[in-house]
Amino acid sequence: MTAQASRLAEGGRWDIITANHAVAHAARLARVQVVPAYPITPQTTIVEYLADFIERGELDARYIRVESEHSAMAAAIGASTVGARAFTATASQGLLLMHEVLHWAVGARLPIGMAVVNRAVGPPWSIHVDHQDAISQRDTGWLQLFVSSNQEALDSVLMMYKVAESPDVLLPFMVCLDGFVLSHTYAPVNIPDQGDVDSFLPPYDPPHWRMDPDAPITYGNLVMPDQLYMEMRWSIDRASRAAKDRLKEISTEFAEKFGRYHGSAIYERWSQDSDYLMVASGTLASEAEVAIEELRREGESVGLVKIRLYRPFPGEEITELAAGKKGIIVVDRSVSFGHGGPLASDLRASLYHAEDRPPVVGFIAGLGGRDVRVRDLKAIFRSAKRKISEGVDRVSYWYGLKVREVGE
Amino acid sequence: MPITMKDLRRAGKFVMPGNAACPGCGALVAFKLVSKVLGKDAVYVIPACCTSVIQGPYPKSGFRVPVFNMAFAAAASTAAGMAAGLAALGRGNVRVVAWAGDGGTYDIGIQALSGAAERGDDVLYICYNNEAYMNTGIQRSGATPPKAWTKTTPTGKAEMKKNMPLIVAAHGASYVATASIGYPFDLVNKVAKARDKRGFRYIEILSTCPTGWNYPVNKTIELARLAVDTYVWPLYEVEDGKLRITMRPKRRPLREYLAPQRRFAHLTEEDVRALERAFMDRWEALEKLEAAGRIFV
Amino acid sequence: MATNVIPVSLPEAGASGETGIWRVFRPVINKEKCVKCWLCWLYCQEEVISEGADGFPEIDYTYCKGCGMCANECPTKAIEMVPEGRGNSL
Ligand code: SF4
Ligand code: SF4
Repeated sequence: MTAQASRLAEGGRWDIITANHAVAHAARLARVQVVPAYPITPQTTIVEYLADFIERGELDARYIRVESEHSAMAAAIGASTVGARAFTATASQGLLLMHEVLHWAVGARLPIGMAVVNRAVGPPWSIHVDHQDAISQRDTGWLQLFVSSNQEALDSVLMMYKVAESPDVLLPFMVCLDGFVLSHTYAPVNIPDQGDVDSFLPPYDPPHWRMDPDAPITYGNLVMPDQLYMEMRWSIDRASRAAKDRLKEISTEFAEKFGRYHGSAIYERWSQDSDYLMVASGTLASEAEVAIEELRREGESVGLVKIRLYRPFPGEEITELAAGKKGIIVVDRSVSFGHGGPLASDLRASLYHAEDRPPVVGFIAGLGGRDVRVRDLKAIFRSAKRKISEGVDRVSYWYGLKVREVGE
Repeated sequence: MPITMKDLRRAGKFVMPGNAACPGCGALVAFKLVSKVLGKDAVYVIPACCTSVIQGPYPKSGFRVPVFNMAFAAAASTAAGMAAGLAALGRGNVRVVAWAGDGGTYDIGIQALSGAAERGDDVLYICYNNEAYMNTGIQRSGATPPKAWTKTTPTGKAEMKKNMPLIVAAHGASYVATASIGYPFDLVNKVAKARDKRGFRYIEILSTCPTGWNYPVNKTIELARLAVDTYVWPLYEVEDGKLRITMRPKRRPLREYLAPQRRFAHLTEEDVRALERAFMDRWEALEKLEAAGRIFV
Repeated sequence: MATNVIPVSLPEAGASGETGIWRVFRPVINKEKCVKCWLCWLYCQEEVISEGADGFPEIDYTYCKGCGMCANECPTKAIEMVPEGRGNSL
């Protein structure tokens, strides 16, 4: 599917709402059955909207006002083990507090849905956007999809439930949306009709296991080294890779049904006819799209790759697009301390085996909500071109520091 | 109608022989009795504790009930989610049991437990209390009695233990009880009562542990009885806000309970007297609570 | 479709093997003394005591761990803990 133009959906209704509101609508439309909720800025309004939907009778779900995010995820896990569709949302410290049980949801193969409203982590306190919270959960096995518009947030929750609940996937997912930039910003959103969503997303019926008194099983007791522990982990890896294929099919199906296509594992533009590619995630990638439009008008040959799916990583897709390029510029909104930007380093690793492997230069920008504007992204591009011709000596460079980088 | 031996013998068998429990394991006796009373329509969430091991390793299980093994701090929260999920699916007849040790209850799990109790989640929480972190090899917990040897209190625990059942009762839980495998009929009838109530119910079962307490394995039941008879482990229940002591045995000297347990071997006469005083203080406080009427409101 | 390896365990006797081999002492019931109170059955952690064809308690030595709780609790001292010897097979 390469059609990128969205046409107006025939069904649904239009409203001007925040991405948090859009996410809550998505959970309602997905007919989630259990919502453990704990507030944290800037996620809070998602669980408030859901409380409203439930108390007004617009969503038939159990709402659990848990006392922490660790409990929110544990309760979502509990609900999913009996076969209920579970949904929660969090941000930043809340996601970090969940870390232990995020692993548990994956190990138990429970297709729980969660919205992560990306926010910097403390200390010092910052309530503003960066991706450190979600990126720090990279190796839990959660499917991680970054969105860059309110509509995409809504649509992605619906699509990802279908991906996650596929019999060859059975993994939880997080839809990551930028704090404030999306979560609190109003934009026109088409809210699909319930009937259309029902025909797209059938009720959850666990095909693998569940807590059922009629068929008692034990899940998660000790596994010895010579038994199947490694194979179970291998199976999670396979399932994660399968999710990428499912997303491809399901995004196409969604586009056919609802008339909207946001890309699959990646979203690309101008990638075929460009010398350079600029890669980013979330709203930073939308900003890059605008910057690239200007750069192209100014005669630069550069295209865009938005990484939507961060795990599983779209290494093959990027490798294919990278062939023959003069260079790839990656802008990360998080950092792996002592190494570089996570996107940049994953992308570099994916390209290692490519025959035609362009240089990759990474930048770390926009941490703690620091504004990254079109002019910054254009500056990043020009600096990248220079570095590529002079030789890149690290995974990522810091962009826009107010202090001088040692050795610069 | 109270549960009798006849009823128990007719009940289902949910513990499979040949599991991994130590010989003389009090926790397994507790699980066996509880599962008989709850019957088939129950699901169990088990956080890290001895019972994680007792089940035996994959791909077999020593329990013939649905069991979900969960992270240490998350017994009550996971159970809350299960109960909500079952209710959403129209299976509210299924009882959700959180089966946790004292570490998972008194210490790392207390936050989730407090949340579930305050919300009144439809969960039967059972703490089988063996008075230390036994699964990791005997380290002190908030439930370890004073003076007891553990590997992290090699000269004996300096502090008193938490009064966990009363902490839960103070949340306004719909039922709270203490029980001992040494008084099995008191135990099973409390479990039956809890089974038939809704909302958050909490039962704490003293589960004697030959491995951690270091006594001869055949004395598991005898010591569980002696704990009650020496007033170390009072049996009571809290219902409708009122506390009722369910067993008032003729008090026996504390020494009888302590002597077989090597974890108390280092105690002096004076220590024993101090300990007896401490336990009697708690007992007298309980009697005052009992006399006070509806106080857990 | 990927092969999913999902660690579901099924209830089965002997999850930890034939635990009868753990035994140092073997409980032996003296039917002369037994009054069929079933306390041994009640307290047996392992669920290895059942009602035999003759109506008396019967122990499954394949799994009995030899803890001796049954003997300790038997009100008539009808259960004797006999050391497991070489000639004393399961
Ligand atoms: S020795 Fe222990 S395991 Fe064996 S029958 Fe007696 S109580 Fe059961
Ligand atoms: S406890 Fe003793 S008397 Fe009672 S049934 Fe068992 S062997 Fe017989």
